[in-house]
Amino acid sequence: MESVLGRYRNLIILAGVLFLQVIGLAVQVKRIGSEEKDTRLIRIWVVGAVAPFERAVVWVQNSASGVWHNYFYLRGVRAENRQLKEQIEQMRLEQVRLSEDAAQARRLQNLLAFKEQFVSKTVAAQVIGSGGSDLSRIVYIDKGEQDGLKRDMAVITSDGIVGKVLQVFRTPSVSQVLLISDQSSGVGAILEKSRLQGVLRGTANGEVVLERVMSDEQVQSGETVLTSGGDQIFPKGLPVGTVTRVGSGKDLFLTIKVKPAANLSKLEEVLVLVEKQERQAVAEDKGRVRAADILAQRLPSVPDKPAADPNAKPVGAVGTVSPGTSVKPGTTPLASPATKAATSPTRPAGAVTTGTAPVTSAPKPKATTTASGPKTAGTADLQPSITEQKPPITQVAEPTPQQPADDSPH
Amino acid sequence: MPITYTSGEQVEVYRFSIPVTIGVPVLALFLQAFVPLRFPRFAVYVDLPLLVTIFFAISRRSPIAGLFTGAVIGLAQDMIGHNPIGIYGIAKTVVGYMASSLGVRLDVENAGARLLVTLAFYLVHSAVYFTVARGLVNMTQQWSWGHGILAALVNGILGVFLYFLLDRFKQRT
Repeated sequence: MESVLGRYRNLIILAGVLFLQVIGLAVQVKRIGSEEKDTRLIRIWVVGAVAPFERAVVWVQNSASGVWHNYFYLRGVRAENRQLKEQIEQMRLEQVRLSEDAAQARRLQNLLAFKEQFVSKTVAAQVIGSGGSDLSRIVYIDKGEQDGLKRDMAVITSDGIVGKVLQVFRTPSVSQVLLISDQSSGVGAILEKSRLQGVLRGTANGEVVLERVMSDEQVQSGETVLTSGGDQIFPKGLPVGTVTRVGSGKDLFLTIKVKPAANLSKLEEVLVLVEKQERQAVAEDKGRVRAADILAQRLPSVPDKPAADPNAKPVGAVGTVSPGTSVKPGTTPLASPATKAATSPTRPAGAVTTGTAPVTSAPKPKATTTASGPKTAGTADLQPSITEQKPPITQVAEPTPQQPADDSPH
Repeated sequence: MPITYTSGEQVEVYRFSIPVTIGVPVLALFLQAFVPLRFPRFAVYVDLPLLVTIFFAISRRSPIAGLFTGAVIGLAQDMIGHNPIGIYGIAKTVVGYMASSLGVRLDVENAGARLLVTLAFYLVHSAVYFTVARGLVNMTQQWSWGHGILAALVNGILGVFLYFLLDRFKQRT
């Protein structure tokens, strides 16, 4: 017996070591989906051994790069500065336009009582390491539990989403981020134009595909993919990537290959969304705004007229709104020139017809009319703004020789 | 004097100092985790911990030392990633055992032999990893001969240079 054991000692030890590892694997696989607390401790040892080296190398690299780029290599900075200033001017103009659009969107969201997630706090982190294998598409970042990071927080760059926090360590203060290209990753996604929803997954060879889109749907290459918010990790509307290829997949679904918006193979700095707020979008406090206001703003306008005497008799029927009269937005002069004239403090403003009873709303910058019809969320929203009920007020756009009204009976 | 004959009695056995025994595998793991940040293809084609395992196993020429070296390095590599711990561990344990068993019987001190041995063990490692990942852990894996042979060649060439570098740390018993 002893001779047999001695003869096959190496093989027996090999079998024993392999058996122990197989048992260990089996235990982990059985508990997959749990918090992985069993393997956490031994992972910390290795991460603790490797992370300081990575931090040190990244620090030295960044310092050397900073000294070179900030003190020595300044060629072309002046020209670049000039270009950037021009760009800032252009972007300011663009910002004005976008802020108007954003304000309008917020107002409309408010009308619809639309709830969405807002990113309220992020933590910037530096990528210091990777999983070291094409079968484990993860990266390590230099922020951990002490910085407020938790499991399942979204990680993004300015270009698009990167992944989610998989494990957080206290000492060393690092975290493991699972990239969206890993095959165990899953992100709720939506196609920007067609609004089709699917699940974004990584493949074994590191590609990213959008699954669960029915094969009878039309998806175009080049279409932008956004987060849908359905995974409860990424807020809705963050850029994910663009569709590069559409093919028929398994069963009834398409296989849509997506090129990630963020360059996952060359990540340096990332943002971790440490706090999301779910709140109702709030309209800017410029008084109650209705859908018709927005339409009115978009119509062509003419210069404001001088303030008129509030006691002046109405001339003509232009812009007169009778009780119960419905006026289609955009078809009445009230919505454009006369609307502007009504903003004068010397005349009553804000005549509104809801289609049922004429009421006067609180003073508003612009008087508009709302179309009659079925009550919508927007119409319902009007109710609190009603301050008093008065007989219908006639809004007058006084035609002047310089500014004749189109619909004047003259 | 390098030994060129294949007799077990004549093959020289080496040992390494403790700093080298610990430092080289840690450095290999660090590079394996860090270099792909700058060169993403590195992780696809190069497996530095495997090369270190093969080197130590062949040099020590002890199957037990080889399998434990492979197990420790493999498990550490598993811990860097996010997959269940033990997949690389099993693959490198097998490679460590086979490499040290081979080192007892064959001379693997010249560049050609080292290239072939590394190439072959890379394929063995990939096959074991594939089997364990697919069979035990149910991971989605795709076997590609083209990728496997190319990566084996890359590791073989890199291994030749690496082994000559690591030869400096050898200590005769």
